[in-house]
Amino acid sequence: MAHRRMLQRLALAAVALLLLGAAGSAFARDGGGVFHPETATLENGLEVVVVSNHRSPVVTHMLWYKVGAADEPAGHSGIAHLLEHLMFKGTKTRGPGEFSATVSRNGGQENAFTSWDFTAYYQSVAKDRLPLVMEMEADRMTNLVLNEEQVAPEKQVVLEERRQRIDNDPGARLDVFADAILFFNHPYRRPIIGWEKEIRDLTAEDVLAFYRRWYAPNNAVLVVAGDVTLAEVLPLARTYYGAIPRADTPARLDLAEPRAETPRRIELADARVRQETWSRAYIAPGARYGATELAQPLEVLAHVLGGGPSSRLYRELVVEAGLADQAYVWYEPDVRGPARFSVTVKPRRGVSLAQVEEAVDGVFARVLAEGIDADEVERSRRRLQAEAVFARDGLSEGAQLLGRALAIGLTTEHVEQWPARIAAVGKAEVDAAAKAVLDPGGSVTALLGAEASDQQAAAQ
Amino acid sequence: MTARAATGRTFAALLLLAVAFAALAGGGGPAQAAVQIQRVSAAGVEAWLVEDHSNPIVTARIAFRGGASTDPAGKEGLAEMVSGLLDEGAVELDSAAFQGRLEALAITLRFDADLDSVRGRLETLTENRAEAFALLRRALTQPRFDAEPVERVRSQLQARVRTALEDPDTVATRAFFAMAFPNHPYGRPTSGTVESLAAVTGDDLRAFVRERLTRDRLVIGVVGDIDAAELERLLQATFAELPETGAPIAVAETEPATRGQVAVVPTGAPQSAIVFGQRGVARDDPDYYAATVLANVLASGPFTSRLYREVREKRGLVYTVYARLTPLDHASLILGMAGTVNDRAGETIAVIRDVWSALASDGVSEEELADAKTYLTGSFPLRFTSSGQIAAILVSMQLESLGIDYLERRNALIEAVSLADVNRLARELISPHALTFAIAGAPDGVEATN
Repeated sequence: MAHRRMLQRLALAAVALLLLGAAGSAFARDGGGVFHPETATLENGLEVVVVSNHRSPVVTHMLWYKVGAADEPAGHSGIAHLLEHLMFKGTKTRGPGEFSATVSRNGGQENAFTSWDFTAYYQSVAKDRLPLVMEMEADRMTNLVLNEEQVAPEKQVVLEERRQRIDNDPGARLDVFADAILFFNHPYRRPIIGWEKEIRDLTAEDVLAFYRRWYAPNNAVLVVAGDVTLAEVLPLARTYYGAIPRADTPARLDLAEPRAETPRRIELADARVRQETWSRAYIAPGARYGATELAQPLEVLAHVLGGGPSSRLYRELVVEAGLADQAYVWYEPDVRGPARFSVTVKPRRGVSLAQVEEAVDGVFARVLAEGIDADEVERSRRRLQAEAVFARDGLSEGAQLLGRALAIGLTTEHVEQWPARIAAVGKAEVDAAAKAVLDPGGSVTALLGAEASDQQAAAQ
Repeated sequence: MTARAATGRTFAALLLLAVAFAALAGGGGPAQAAVQIQRVSAAGVEAWLVEDHSNPIVTARIAFRGGASTDPAGKEGLAEMVSGLLDEGAVELDSAAFQGRLEALAITLRFDADLDSVRGRLETLTENRAEAFALLRRALTQPRFDAEPVERVRSQLQARVRTALEDPDTVATRAFFAMAFPNHPYGRPTSGTVESLAAVTGDDLRAFVRERLTRDRLVIGVVGDIDAAELERLLQATFAELPETGAPIAVAETEPATRGQVAVVPTGAPQSAIVFGQRGVARDDPDYYAATVLANVLASGPFTSRLYREVREKRGLVYTVYARLTPLDHASLILGMAGTVNDRAGETIAVIRDVWSALASDGVSEEELADAKTYLTGSFPLRFTSSGQIAAILVSMQLESLGIDYLERRNALIEAVSLADVNRLARELISPHALTFAIAGAPDGVEATN
């Protein structure tokens, strides 16, 4: 199941990369910071961030809107993502498909993505094509044209995307329902891509209303990374985006989760499953939610417990006890609302999900009773700090991390100071983070099982 | 952006990438101005080096020619199993000690195998580069293959095989390769089967290291904070102990047996995974660049190809649809993928065939040719934006024997493609009758030929 493997790989990469950071000794010397962005704000409220990287004469131009699936009105799940697809259809002066054809003809590559917290569009082009893509992106900020004839086939495309990502994959189906019961109140309970019936019922008018409500310069962040400086970008940004008037966009809701008092369990047995999976997710503080000072201790905790072959869960469950083939932890603090701290274990053939659960419970009980060793904390802290040096290498990491941070209401300084915050994490903070989060009351345990076929059932 | 927290306009089909490792579908461009390649030799091996001192990191990619297609019959998955075990202990360091050293020094060292090569990647901070290359030397020359990691990695690979069989895309891909290469190692799964992995012994692992990880088939690309003199010293220290020559790579040249077959593998999934393809053009064929342009117009141009427009944009039949020129070392394909709800599978296949037919009979227009060329030449610099990308390109250039000046020549090779070339190739190569389909799902309106 390549899809699921890809998600896992990306999730693991996220632990390594998005925990980004900057670095160790090199950064301590130059006063900290990771990407050293330059920033400005236009009069119409558009935030501008430039990350210089002169390796190749190219730029990545990204526009992030501060709206995502969590901002959708009730009954309209999937509308942020459908709009993202429809943004490629056409404007008052450009026909359907012309945007992509122009990018391609100019040697550019482009795409877009939607999360619960933001919607982002990007093009990578030769440096001299930056004005072209900026003009086109500014055009579709306010001039989108849509009709039902365009929306109907695109909804079919999105329904195929949903089948491909979710319906075809028992593990992804289980994840969707696990999210739905992890959050009692927060819209993170809904799938980003939407519930099937609600996608089907969306109309062109619904989509345009959502677009007019949220897409405006004062609700967006422009990030340009590559072979440019702010001095070059700012005049272009003023020319193309500066003429667009500010709009009265709504305040985004900040919803709190009630304290969960009961652990929940969810189980999916499917005849297509050949490799069983045990997972547990806890609601956790994030960069903007709850006890925000626990965000970096939780990143260190995630790495100590499940960040690779030297982590506790891997050593104890996979290597020493031989109970599992894989064991890892995922935690991403940079979200607007409540974060998730999750553990995934794939049992070895012949080992039951119950055995795996007992083993994880044992590891966590010891962590809570005895704490984490100081040398484990030190090792994880150094590794995370080194990841920041690697994150500076490519063109996209800085643009991604800074764009996301601003889109969810953080600052560039928050990103730049990440290594300093990681450096300040000690054993006491990590132990406190474990006690705060590893509370079964706030958790959902999800069991993905193989459903016995009829023949197997008959034989038993 | 996290994987689960974001959903985008396209779905990166890593599955096909696993077999479509012709990293250099296109080649040089304006970016080569920024990339100065040096040859560095020592210990009978050569590395291509691009110095970049802007960050204190060094990235190396290596590849040994000869991959999973050299696995003995009945032991498919051997190359992958060796790859999974090289970083699980060497010389005096057992698995925990070896992994602990990597972790403590923030070194990434990983190996994997594809059909035609075994590859390694090494990433390190400058301050740890000597130790990083020392760990690479130990992994390549004296891996331990202790019982615990051998059984653990075997179990992990078997789990991966089982997981892959849950995925309709993988099921369809395996069925396609089995059909296209019925009597050839390319028809076997790269990662083996639960049974073939169980058959691999410690002797097999040790023999593979002795006979396959040799200097005569090694290529190296290095990017980052290191100069030629230091790299020369590290090459000597790292690779001098490797055997000079190894066992011959006995994989026959072949043509895909794509004759318009349609295979259906039943699954319980709501969406049919469709893998399709036909004969392609070899990497060293004079028509390779014309074929690259042709494939771009047909099916590989992102958001603009004929296939994308007809199947996705106009009809909403799929989220994913594309095909790419996929040259392997011993055969070449045009290989594509699509996914559609079961009851529209017949219609989707019919539209794909129609797109193929129209290209075969009418060719491409002057405008399509021009657009494909500006895309292929203009987007080339976008491949040079990270150390890992550049190091991978250095390795591919050597594996494909393209020459160290290739990056300066590549865009001219694309520009030189004429409309007559492309349309001759469209007539000779593109064949709706040869186009072969493997479908995993419960497709309606599809008649299987098997």
